[in-house]
Parts: sequence; structure tokens; C-alpha cells
Amino acid sequence: MRVFTAVIAIAFGLLVLLGYFLPPTLFPTVVDLQTVLLNWAVILTGVAALVGIFNLIIVHTDKVRRAEKGSVYSALLVLSMLFTFAAGMLLRPDHVAMQRVVLSGIILPVEAALMGLLVVSLLYAAIRLLRRRADAMGIFFILTAVVIFLGSATLPFGDIPVISTWIRPWVTQVLALGGARGILIGVALGTLMTGLRVLFAMDRPYGGK
Amino acid sequence: MTAPLILVVAAFLLLVISFWKRKSPARLREIPALTQLARTLGLSIEDGTRLHISLGHGSLLDARGGSAFAALAMLRIIAERTSVSDMPSVASAGDPALGLLTQDTVQAGYKAAGADDLYVHTTSRVTGLTPFSYAAGAMHIASNENVSTNILVGHFGPEAALLVDSADRDHVNLIGASDNLTGQAVLYAGSQDALIGEELFAAGTYLGAESSHAASLTVQDILRWLVILALLGGAALKFLGVI
Repeated sequence: MRVFTAVIAIAFGLLVLLGYFLPPTLFPTVVDLQTVLLNWAVILTGVAALVGIFNLIIVHTDKVRRAEKGSVYSALLVLSMLFTFAAGMLLRPDHVAMQRVVLSGIILPVEAALMGLLVVSLLYAAIRLLRRRADAMGIFFILTAVVIFLGSATLPFGDIPVISTWIRPWVTQVLALGGARGILIGVALGTLMTGLRVLFAMDRPYGGK
Repeated sequence: MTAPLILVVAAFLLLVISFWKRKSPARLREIPALTQLARTLGLSIEDGTRLHISLGHGSLLDARGGSAFAALAMLRIIAERTSVSDMPSVASAGDPALGLLTQDTVQAGYKAAGADDLYVHTTSRVTGLTPFSYAAGAMHIASNENVSTNILVGHFGPEAALLVDSADRDHVNLIGASDNLTGQAVLYAGSQDALIGEELFAAGTYLGAESSHAASLTVQDILRWLVILALLGGAALKFLGVI
């Protein structure tokens, strides 16, 4: 069974990869196959979402049953999910009530609130940084953040002369951009090698190996 | 033409070096966060606490899948090593397909340890389908399930700050790695042990994965030097007015 799944994964992986490199005019079948396989992947991802939600319900129902710490929130989550699911089935997701109550009334404000919370969390993390890393890198990190912040902020008295016009653009366009490109090249190489390991079935995050 | 060439060269090097690495073990430089991670595995079993492994919300259908697969390789080793613990590790994912693979990977770890009857399917979860809902669900695990260390490895954006903050409030250790620049900055600022850049992809090797992981690190180094030479060569040719 393990060999069978690995052979299928390798064959399909190679087909999809070839579809990116072969010219569609010369190899229309490969490109068509690639499209079909990617469509299947999208459909399977949709099914996986249902499985994931089902798993989430089981986990939280289990918590409620065992009266674990925080089970009130679990109960609230399960009830909300069931209510949203039932309302979606009855009214359809694009119904105006669903859009207004569930999307605009609950999901968007909650996500916006979390985004607002993020600002506080990030500020707190920056303050804690000097406690955690009182070394040259930590101090440099904080100083850079403060300089960029001062250079980007809209202040009542206008831009700060040297910081806004010279230091901030130089730091963001030269130092930060160069560093970011270096990190991204490293990440891209890591992604490439991980993909190849999966393609050659050296890593098999499927089929139980 | 360049992309297929890079791919073929990388694949050839990976196969050859994997075969070679089987005979000679890899020599690895010290990465404090990964040393801490290896130490944490043993400690969590000894003190009867859980590890929470968050695999991020990287979709397997796009470029973010690389970090997700690297995280799964790491999860496989952690699941195998902690499967016999009284408090088995908990894994969470923010993408449905990744969630399925997480379950399969954890189960495979238990099987490899000969403890497949101890596997509980609720130890692998999809906690949310958007970055913030995922983070909100994962925060809940660290707070309520006797977790001693939160291991964030995968695709995380700024929402990682919520997990960092929650871990700090609950006095839970945090080891973080993301393929996203914002996520990396947040994890660097918020955790004692953060992995930067491609260090995320080295986690499997440092935890003792098979030779192909060490080989892929060697190939990454070779390709990195080629990129450096190409950049310097290009700059020199541009300076000289050749291109």
C-alpha cells in the first residue's frame, strides 16, 4: 500500500511539474492533465475543509463532555458552528441576512478586533524584546523599528527632516530590501529542496510513513 | 530554460548526496533554537507536559506548501518520540488539507514507535480556516491543555504575535519559525528561540531525520553559493558595462 501511494504521488507530482515547463502547443495532453489534477486537488481541499470542521466539532464536543478547562468556550463554538451551518443550509450563504449577520456582524468585526489586538501584542513584544535579548542584535532591532516608525508616522508638525527623507528610505530600500531578498532566496531554496524530497518520496507525509 | 535546469541540477545533487550521506554522517553547525527543540522533546516527557506543534496555515497548493511539508517532517519525528508520553503532543493546522496530513503524520509517528493503539485522533486539529481564527483556536490549546512548549513551524504572518503573547502569558516556552518575513520578525521579537530564513527547513535534520534531510541542506548550501556567485558576477559585469 505504501509503495502504491508513493508511486501515485510521484507520477502525479511529475505530471503537474511537467505541465509548467512543457509548451502547451506541443504537449496539450500534459497541460490538460495538469489542469484536471489541480482541479481535483482543489475539490479535495474543499472536502478536507469539511473533514477539518467535523474534527473541530468532535474535539470541542469532547471537551464539553469531559468538562475540561475552557469548555464554556468550546460549547459556544460548537453551538455557533451548528447555528451557522443550519442557517447557511436554509438561507444559502449568499442570502442578505447571512451576509449581514454572520459575515458583517460577527466574522469581520471579530477579525478586525483581533487585528487591533495585534497592534498591542506587537508593541508589547517589542518592549519585551530588550528583556529577552539585551544584546546588540536586540538593540539594533528596536532602534531600526523606532527609526522606521518615526520616519513613516504622520506627525502634526510634518516629517522629521533627516529621518523621513534620508535614513528611512535608505534603511527600507537598501538594508531591509537586501536582507529580505537574502532571506527569501534562502526560503525559496529550502522550499525547492523540500518539494524535491516529497516528489522523490524521500519524505512521505501521506500513506502512513 | 533556467528553471528546469536548476530543478534538474538540484534533483541530481539531492539524489547523489543523499546516497553519500548515508555513509558519512552530517556535521551541523549549532543553531540554539534547534538545540533547545531537541532538549525540549526529552524534558516534556520527563515532566509530564505536552508539546503543542502549530504548523501554520500554509496551503499545500501554493509556494507556502514548502514550509508546511518541512513542518510535517519535523512533526513526524516529534510524534514518534513523544508517543509513549502520558501527555502526547498536540498538533494544530490552519489549512484543511494540511490538517489531514497532520493527522496522518502523527498517526504514522505512533505506528513507527509501535504505539499505534495509543493514538487519539483529537490530538491533531484544524483550529481555524483564516489566519486569525487559526491563531485564536491555537491559543486556546496552549492555555488549557498542560502545554509546556509551543512549537510554531510553518507559514505564519503577523497573527503569530497573538500566539507569542498567549504563550508568554501562560509561561509556555516558544520556539518559532516561519517562511514569511513578517512572521519571522514577530517571532524574533517575541520568542527567545526563533529560526530565521531557511533554518526552518533544517529542523528535520537536527532532530535526526534520515539522510535525505542532511543532503538537502548540503544542496541548499551549494545552490546558495551559486546564487551568490551569479549575483556578484552579474554586478561585476554590469559595473564593467558588459551587460
